[in-house]
Amino acid sequence: MEVAVWRGSGDRGAYQTFSVPAHDNQTVLDVVSWIQQAVDPSLTYRYACRVGMCGSCAMMVNGQPRWTCRTHVKRVLADGRLQIGPLRNLPVIKDLVADMDPFFDKWVKAGGVHKPSRTREEPIQEVSPDDPGRVVANTAIECINCSVCYAACDTVAGNPDYLGPAALQRAWTLYNDVKVQDRQSVLDAVTGTGGCMNCHSQGSCTRFCPNELDPLSAIAGLKRAAARSFLKGRG
Amino acid sequence: MMVRPHRRHPLWLAYMLHRLSGLALALFLPAHFYMLSLALTRPRQLDHFLSLADNPLVKLAEFGLVFLLAVHFFGGLRLLALEFLPWSPRQKSLAAGAVAGAFLISATFLLRAV
Amino acid sequence: MLDLRYYMAQRLSAMVMGPLVLGHLAVMIYAIQGGLSSAEILSRTQGSIAWFLFYGAFVVAVSIHAAIGLRVIVHEVTGLAGRWLEVFTWGTGAALLFMGARAVLAVTMP
Repeated sequence: MEVAVWRGSGDRGAYQTFSVPAHDNQTVLDVVSWIQQAVDPSLTYRYACRVGMCGSCAMMVNGQPRWTCRTHVKRVLADGRLQIGPLRNLPVIKDLVADMDPFFDKWVKAGGVHKPSRTREEPIQEVSPDDPGRVVANTAIECINCSVCYAACDTVAGNPDYLGPAALQRAWTLYNDVKVQDRQSVLDAVTGTGGCMNCHSQGSCTRFCPNELDPLSAIAGLKRAAARSFLKGRG
Repeated sequence: MMVRPHRRHPLWLAYMLHRLSGLALALFLPAHFYMLSLALTRPRQLDHFLSLADNPLVKLAEFGLVFLLAVHFFGGLRLLALEFLPWSPRQKSLAAGAVAGAFLISATFLLRAV
Repeated sequence: MLDLRYYMAQRLSAMVMGPLVLGHLAVMIYAIQGGLSSAEILSRTQGSIAWFLFYGAFVVAVSIHAAIGLRVIVHEVTGLAGRWLEVFTWGTGAALLFMGARAVLAVTMP
């Protein structure tokens, strides 16, 4: 098969085509690894676990963001061709490696760090798995920070301040976490100029999330909470 | 028109439809307001504009505007429901089906009446 | 490029316009039956407080809604930000409000 791979660094670069032997069982990451091991050792890409846990191998495959370690070539091959590029909406370091800093900076900016409400002297807070807030929070905890949603989102592309689906979904998780006491501070962090209100509900995040999470609904939840707090006069 | 691969799904297309219809309506508004304000200053010119309405091309444009308004209206209802009603996906599908059905029925009656 | 106040203004004006749009569509369909004439329309609207309130509310809501909608599009497409984006938003809103108010007055003043 013909595989076009993005080569270059920063804003500059071009697709380079390789002929790669096709196998029955082959992931996109296998293809990239084969090129690097058999043809061009200078090809730069990023991966760690190869089993969909670490979230480091996401790339654009035929124009769509995917986790390459668990994307079978058979499912994405178009006319015997594959085009593999670095994740969209992030600066490129080299070849297939995107700079994830803006993604994680926004994660922090959206208040993604857990702030405990009890000290170590106090007893551990019991959390019932059936608690409604816990049930909502559970829906998003499988996020692996792969940035696929961030690359899929056109609002991120048009609005550089926008926090993006992953960071906002994290905030929604914290907002529903029974262990978090200061709900309003969670909300304040995601209702600034780059906050949840900028989302246009394009739904690409939910569409492409490899773990089948639903950032679109999480952001809608934040909007609802923000609107409620606004109407109560906290805006 | 070439739609880039990451955009090929219904929700993105609904977003684009909503944006384009909104933009078109916003650009049309000043012309609409100007025409109506002629009623006060130059009623004869307004009549002249309204007589243009018999022109098939203008008829088509009018239909386009009503269509845009309807598209933006339903797109907006969809967004408000999506953002402000914490419904399950099943409930949302049911609601969308009900609205579409109601619209279809009322539009049929309306077209008969006109 | 929306803070919470712009967002709420956008959504609340949309909710206000929901029933108004339905009313406007109904009026349009009614008005085009048997052709339009300005005298016919004006004889019903001029001097009517109800029509003044209906279309007055519509103009206020649509000015807010369109100005914020255009603000978002302009920011995302051209990258315009900061003070000039505010000037654009408020300028657009004011211009629409002015032109809309003139239209409503022209149609409903006795």
